Amino acid sequence: MTQSYRNIMMFAGMAALLALVGFGQGWDIALLLLNMCIISAIMALGVNIQWGYAGLFSIGSMGFAALGGLAGVIVSARPVPGAWQAGGLGVIGGIVATVLTVALGVYVWRRLADQGRRRYWGTGVVVLIGFFVIRGVMGPAIAAIEEVDPAAAGYLGGLGLPIILSWVVGGLFAAGVAWVVGKVSLGLRSDYLAIATLGISEIIIFILKFEDWLTRGVKNVTGLPRPVPYEVDLIASPAFQDWATSIGSNATAAASIVVKLCYAGLFSVVLLLVLYLSEIALRSPWGRMMRAIRDNETAAEAMGKDVKARHLQVFVLGSAVIGIAGAMLTTLDGQFTPTSYQPLRFTFLIWVMVIIGGSGNNWGAVLGGFVIWFFWIEAEPMGLWFIDLVSSGMAEDSSLRLHLIGSAAYMRLLTMGVVLLVVLRFAPRGLIPEVKR
Amino acid sequence: MTDLLNALVIIANFIIVPGLAYGSQLALGALGVTLVFGVLRFSNIAHGETMAAGAMFTMLFTWLLQSMGIGFGPLPTALLALPFGIGAAMVLCLATDRAVYGYYRRVRASPAIYIIVSVGVMFVYNGLIRFVVGPQDRVITDGQRFIMKARAFKQATGLNEGLAIKTTQAVSVGCAVLAVGLLFWFLNRTRTGKSMRAYSDNEDLALLSGINPERVVLITWLITAALATLAGTLYGLDKSFRPFVYMQLLLPIFAAAIVGGFGSPLGAIAGGFVIAFSELTVTFAYKRVLAYLLPDSMAPSTLVQLLSTDYKIAVSFAILVIVLLIKPTGLFGQRTA
Repeated sequence: MTQSYRNIMMFAGMAALLALVGFGQGWDIALLLLNMCIISAIMALGVNIQWGYAGLFSIGSMGFAALGGLAGVIVSARPVPGAWQAGGLGVIGGIVATVLTVALGVYVWRRLADQGRRRYWGTGVVVLIGFFVIRGVMGPAIAAIEEVDPAAAGYLGGLGLPIILSWVVGGLFAAGVAWVVGKVSLGLRSDYLAIATLGISEIIIFILKFEDWLTRGVKNVTGLPRPVPYEVDLIASPAFQDWATSIGSNATAAASIVVKLCYAGLFSVVLLLVLYLSEIALRSPWGRMMRAIRDNETAAEAMGKDVKARHLQVFVLGSAVIGIAGAMLTTLDGQFTPTSYQPLRFTFLIWVMVIIGGSGNNWGAVLGGFVIWFFWIEAEPMGLWFIDLVSSGMAEDSSLRLHLIGSAAYMRLLTMGVVLLVVLRFAPRGLIPEVKR
Repeated sequence: MTDLLNALVIIANFIIVPGLAYGSQLALGALGVTLVFGVLRFSNIAHGETMAAGAMFTMLFTWLLQSMGIGFGPLPTALLALPFGIGAAMVLCLATDRAVYGYYRRVRASPAIYIIVSVGVMFVYNGLIRFVVGPQDRVITDGQRFIMKARAFKQATGLNEGLAIKTTQAVSVGCAVLAVGLLFWFLNRTRTGKSMRAYSDNEDLALLSGINPERVVLITWLITAALATLAGTLYGLDKSFRPFVYMQLLLPIFAAAIVGGFGSPLGAIAGGFVIAFSELTVTFAYKRVLAYLLPDSMAPSTLVQLLSTDYKIAVSFAILVIVLLIKPTGLFGQRTA
């Protein structure tokens, strides 16, 4: 059996699994699963660009996904003019002060390069003074903004533009932050880079969680506009009702499915586009150079390749893809909830997708995204069924049986761990191994 | 004079006492991370979950002891259960090493692969813990709650401000001192400890001089399990046992290990206290302290707080990132990054 035949069979198998859910649990659930699978696949493509192409060990995808989500808020949320009047100037001043502080800090740091301890003290003093200036400028403005209608707003709001624009903006946000992060941290050895990026992604989440003027923090931003029609509008329209009856369904059920199909269509376009671009990049001389750098940095450098610049480039590209997926996730949810960003879900699970799919292979990353998300969600019902089967010999009210059934939700963590360890040990190249070119 | 004493008591009550307790817990956690890094040469992402697992085992044995009516007087019963918890955690760590890490040692996997493997282990532990005890918040401390109550302190000294010391805080510091003393005695005085340090410093040379690597690895896992269980249990006693908290502790612990210099036990202890005290001093509101120290006319009207307490844990992340970027070898480390 050739590899390409196997690949087609695996994707067909994945489609069959989704169809099985459609027949078993309903098409509504199957389509929701499909939409999340597509988003996961795009995130996995982003991580694959960093790790699979270039061997960059960054475990900060959570931060970039959240920045994409932030773009969803800033682009599409309803503007809050009152808040802008109350503290807009102060916030802009604060942002300018932040940029100036960073620029001045970097300047002093570079200027005092060969001055020993004075370098640390000088930079430290500059940053500290800058910190107090920023606090002084922004503090009152933030307090004023949070005063404005705290129950519904209490933040600056967005621009009120179509949310689909945020997919581009989210990618740009993530790319911009990734440039800064990469610039300072990419020189680190692999495991130090991993810990640094993990820390930076947590800091990003902390800022999104507690800077209420920007994101409403833990109060969440809900009711973001959709790029697709609303179910209630569809149900109310007579034309849609007629159509639903003509295909032998009722309007309520049909509306929910049509909306999800619209999302699936939009998401598929992005997935195919990213996948296409990733594939041609991987096959191009640029992709060959990346693999050369990954496999032997010293040799690549000796051939005159600028390893540092290429690492930065690939880090920014991968992060941008993750940011796009993050914005799409916020679009699908229709809300931005900073507390939902957990490293387990947005960093480590994405890594599991890439490793199991096959690092270095874009199709593998996509398949990994689909398979892992599918089992992440379906492990619970499957675990419940399994536990029910195993414990069926016990009495109906046996406390052990009840405890086991109550714990079925945690089967997903266990399953993911075991699957990851087994694949790493026995098939370290993943479901669709990297193609040797 | 009284004003000065009152100010000092506030600082002792809100920074020094909690900082010592939290610092001890972080130091014990960081010691485990740093030992694994020094001897096994990888960053163990699963360490937070190892702590949670150890604390869980201790909790289960505590329940067993409590159900048998055994207590520890004014001290928490969990201290009696600790040896059993440590034993169970040792079995878990050795089983994991046998089933998982041993293979990657044989094939000499790269640090990145090791980290991904430890992510897998983290997922498995995570699931197992929730499978056994669920995700709930549980209070596992019993016995006397306070060594010194705020009101008793006020009455005894006649000061305005009170100083409270929880039993669990004193127990944390006491256990940490004891454990660190034992560890350093072991590393510096015993043959096995010396062979461990030799192996950590220079693997090839250690192998040449006939040190058995598998034995060194075994001992490392035993010590790591003991330290992780101790750290996890002390944190659980001091706050409460919540499985997900230990994952949030992972980064402060890595921060402590890296600030002190990854692979250096002494650095891990120093790092633990640096992180704990930075978190507390940066997010503490100094208003009341200054109100005592300054004349009334200059008393501050704001909270005089550098960062809001929301950012407490973020402080340790920031320190982690800054140290990694500026001085990756840490304060005490010799190893290059």
